[in-house]
Amino acid sequence: MKFAAEINVMPLKALLDPQGKAVTGAMSNIGLSQIENVRIGKHISFELDADDENSANEMVDSACKKLLANLVMESYEFVVKPL
Amino acid sequence: MKVGIVIFPGSNCDKDAVWAFSNIYNQEVVELWHKETDLKDVDLIFLPGGFSFGDYLRSGAIARFSPIMKSVIDFANKGGLVFGVCNGFQVLCESHLLPGALLHNSHQKFNCKNVFIKAETNNSFITQKVSKGVALKIPVAHGEGKYYCNDETLKKIIANDQILFRYCDENGNASDESNPNGSLENIAGICNEGRNVFGMMPHPERVVDAELYNTDGRLIFESMLQQAQVV
Repeated sequence: MKFAAEINVMPLKALLDPQGKAVTGAMSNIGLSQIENVRIGKHISFELDADDENSANEMVDSACKKLLANLVMESYEFVVKPL
Repeated sequence: MKVGIVIFPGSNCDKDAVWAFSNIYNQEVVELWHKETDLKDVDLIFLPGGFSFGDYLRSGAIARFSPIMKSVIDFANKGGLVFGVCNGFQVLCESHLLPGALLHNSHQKFNCKNVFIKAETNNSFITQKVSKGVALKIPVAHGEGKYYCNDETLKKIIANDQILFRYCDENGNASDESNPNGSLENIAGICNEGRNVFGMMPHPERVVDAELYNTDGRLIFESMLQQAQVV
């Protein structure tokens, strides 16, 4: 079966996110100073072949742990849907 | 000493390292393409600076899975000497051969300048001839050089004397002002618990040739050569 994975990788909450900080600063420049705590991560999507949804989840989890996220500085979450 | 210098697509400090080891110090050097798996019986693996795989995903994250890295990790796990500078340091952290990670510089700017660092210990292959606390002028060139680890790891690396270099001013004082990238505790270089894997963001290989009017990197190279001769 074909599945689609949608993954979000975010900097850990405890860490300074300099990109997010700079973008938060720019919000007041466009008149939206009510917006605060912008944090910027990565969105990754791909398709995969797996026997069932469980094994698709396992594969995506393994891809996140081994390559897509560095758990020293990032966290991840994902959604897998059959295509 | 036979030195293997690993070249990934996007490495750009490999030739500086070759020049330093072979032309300045007359050591045997082999260049190892990342797709190779044979380390050619080298005594030291050197992972150079650059932008391996364009720094895509995270610095060092893709290089860490190049074929040669399996051999480098096996070599390190058996006690082999591995030294990574700049992108090489990032690759070693991504490989979990060194603790922690290198984040985007706090100020989001690419740092390309001379900085001062001081050795924190003489108990390592790359610092044994470097006087503790004395400032060395060494260039940095990185966008992701902010050393970070969690509290538990920090306590451990301090207790095990694994911090090799800290950023400082020209008088050897480590302060926020002398920290070029926001690194935790001004950390510029560390080693692993087994003291056979070393990483640092500044580039000692760029400051060993007298033609360049700065030879502050020499003590680091001479540390390595001294140990190699004892072995």
